[in-house]
Amino acid sequence: MLFKIEKRPEPSKSMVYLTPIIALALTVLCSIILFEVLGVNPIEALYQFFIAPLNTTYEFSELFVKATPLMLCAIGLSVGFRANVWNIGAEGQLTMGAIVGSSLFIYFPETDSVFLLPAMIILGAVGGAAWAAIPAFFKTRFNANEILTSLMLVYVALLLLSLLIHGPWRDPAGFNFPESQTFSESADMPILIAGTRMHFGTLLALFAVLGAWVMMARTLIGFQVKVIGEAPRAGGYAGFSQKKIIWFSLLFAGALAGVAGLSEVSGPIDQVVPSISPGYGFTAIIVAFLGRLHPVGIFFASLLMALTYLGGETAQINLGLPVAVTGVFQGMVLFFLLACDVLVHYRFRLNIARKAIS
Amino acid sequence: MNDSEGATPQLELRGITKAYPGCLANDHIDLKIMPGEIHALLGENGAGKSTLVKIIYGVLEADEGEIFWAGNSVTIPNPHSARKIGIGMVFQHFSLFEAMTVTENIALGMSGRQDMKALERDIIEISNSYGLPLEPNRQVYTLSVGEKQRIEIVRCLLQNPKLLIMDEPTSVLTPQEADKMFETLRRLSHEGVSILYISHKLDEIKALCHKATILRGGKYISECDPTKETAKSLAEMMIGTDLHAPEHHEKPDSGPVRLKVSNLSINADAEFGVDLNAINFEVRSGEIFGIAGVAGNGQIELLSALSGETTCSDAEAITLDGEHIGRLGPNPRRDLGLAFVPEDRLGHGSVPEMMLTENAFLSGYSRMALLNSGFINNGSTAEYAKEIVGKFDVRTPGIYHTASSLSGGNLQKFIVGREVLQKPDVIIIAHPTWGVDAGAAAFIHQTLIDLAEAGAAIVVISQDLDELFAISNRIAVIAEGRLSVARNLNEISVEEIGVLMGGTHETAEKAEALNAI
Repeated sequence: MLFKIEKRPEPSKSMVYLTPIIALALTVLCSIILFEVLGVNPIEALYQFFIAPLNTTYEFSELFVKATPLMLCAIGLSVGFRANVWNIGAEGQLTMGAIVGSSLFIYFPETDSVFLLPAMIILGAVGGAAWAAIPAFFKTRFNANEILTSLMLVYVALLLLSLLIHGPWRDPAGFNFPESQTFSESADMPILIAGTRMHFGTLLALFAVLGAWVMMARTLIGFQVKVIGEAPRAGGYAGFSQKKIIWFSLLFAGALAGVAGLSEVSGPIDQVVPSISPGYGFTAIIVAFLGRLHPVGIFFASLLMALTYLGGETAQINLGLPVAVTGVFQGMVLFFLLACDVLVHYRFRLNIARKAIS
Repeated sequence: MNDSEGATPQLELRGITKAYPGCLANDHIDLKIMPGEIHALLGENGAGKSTLVKIIYGVLEADEGEIFWAGNSVTIPNPHSARKIGIGMVFQHFSLFEAMTVTENIALGMSGRQDMKALERDIIEISNSYGLPLEPNRQVYTLSVGEKQRIEIVRCLLQNPKLLIMDEPTSVLTPQEADKMFETLRRLSHEGVSILYISHKLDEIKALCHKATILRGGKYISECDPTKETAKSLAEMMIGTDLHAPEHHEKPDSGPVRLKVSNLSINADAEFGVDLNAINFEVRSGEIFGIAGVAGNGQIELLSALSGETTCSDAEAITLDGEHIGRLGPNPRRDLGLAFVPEDRLGHGSVPEMMLTENAFLSGYSRMALLNSGFINNGSTAEYAKEIVGKFDVRTPGIYHTASSLSGGNLQKFIVGREVLQKPDVIIIAHPTWGVDAGAAAFIHQTLIDLAEAGAAIVVISQDLDELFAISNRIAVIAEGRLSVARNLNEISVEEIGVLMGGTHETAEKAEALNAI
């Protein structure tokens, strides 16, 4: 071996922040090869992917439209991940939030109260949290693995949505399309900048970023989350309840994912459709790790991942690349990030003896 | 036994030395095991038994010294070559796959490809001829602990070892299972297999072993014939008689009772846990109460019952200053004036990857009022951490460094300091000076004595008898989850404690019997 891997005496602080950058660089490098193989000029492709989507104000605002659900989900997930609670089901919680939140409009479409939207947002949070409560219950009661339960519940939620939208929730005036009626103005997320789709949900997401930042850095519950995640026995010694933290982190993530789902249906989509999210709940896992599980990092990571959604669309339109390129790109980022994280605890040493020979 | 071989030892160690940073685990140790001999390796925890055995089995390499195998000098670089020359080892904790069958597990532990049918026949043959009943096709999770150990023994025997190392084999067995295992070992010994038997249970060694080598503090103390020794004399050699007589401070039973434990019984939930059985003791203000015992006899369970990490079903089982606290968790107990220092510094007493400030906050936030309407008060937390570092001489570049960056002794000073500065009424502290250098140990002892003189009640759980004799007023011994009757320090000798530590079932009766001596 030319290189030797050895453990660092202390985890490297600089590597914690450097690895996302290294991972991105490696992703770009690999995508250049990928584009070359696909027969596309790599420079052109990268331009279409990363620069073209940001050319106009409208396109720039679209970045925030896509980043909003990612940010909300990832903030919630990151708290769980800090506590070693591996909630993989944000997509399902997002879907349930959208269903429960919009049910208020579906059953009271004539309401034009100013309280309709706030009530829908709260119900969205409740729906997402309730869905996340199922894995929390099974985890604390029977020690069932939350990775499996939360993931399986994603598909239950998606099928429930499909059932509703093909049945009772279908718009009677909708020519039999599986869609609800479009939301009334009082059920819509207010638009922040006229002429764009940037909506109130973005403010909620930014509020979640700030709130989570303060919570993790300055409050007792944030401290408990970190202690339980780092050293559960020390948590027990300090009198912190592991079960309570499991419940808290799942409910918190579920609520935020629920708000994300509701803000999608009452924001850019404006009605309930069979497919609410292009996998925001799953991409949020990548966002959470790319952002180093830190709220500020997650803010930037969600913008970056939102860019890959937009870039994927642009590349699809302008270069005829398949839409799967977005997924490949996101997958590569996570792959390289996890691989590069070895550098936080280990370092590579050139094998000196070998070097002398060569 | 083969007579011609009788003259050459099967295994001989000369001057084996192994140093770890800051501690000499083995200091020029000699050991001779004849073919067919059951040889006991006797010593307290930390005496260097495991290190020595790991060197023999090739897990560790000695810094100095020679190993002779049947008269020839050998080096044993790894366990594979140890097995190759005929050394087998049965570890204290098993390495078995629960969901696989007995045969599959045995095949996995052997080098090379196995013919499963032939292996199954061999297993049946060996298990029959050595009285180790095993069903090759049973799945491991359905087996008892004793049966699991048989798998490990059979696995070793299949390789025709000339030396079998058993590391505290009875610590996980019931007395009946242990008796069965002794029969097997005796049979092996008759066939010329040497056995190195590691234990601190004196009666066991007297009953089973032909020879015993005693280690203490990493040094070779003596070799003897355990059948000709008494439990007392063995304990004396194991623990050492050079304990300085403690100059004793003050009358132990003057103050009011601060901590009272009555009839505390808890069933362990961990696999290797020990059930606590009707534990009774009380500690008065100004008193240091020592609990001696060999590790794994219920100390961990007792500590977690006292700290509230495990709650009792009976609130009256633990009383603190007259209040029944048995059902309270750690934080309500802290608020009532209880403090505790767990055995494991990293990961239990502190969070390794968190800063000293955060670790100060960990147990101190309530009593030191470090929370400001739900928010962490960073200023006063830092002051508290600085106070600990300053008053307890914790050597660290700063309070914003992680707990894991501190040396063991410094971290221990930090944790003890954190608890003592909370001005507890009762403090429970496990192994206060484990792995701590002499200076720091003296400092911690002085701190505890000062705290007691200020009126606190102190419980020290330790394996270090030197330590207990140096600082405590009364001592009780925990063995197999039972606590002996507490005795004043001037009424109990090291030998008596040694006998109690050896583990018998009626510790209280034994104490009475010893009283009569």
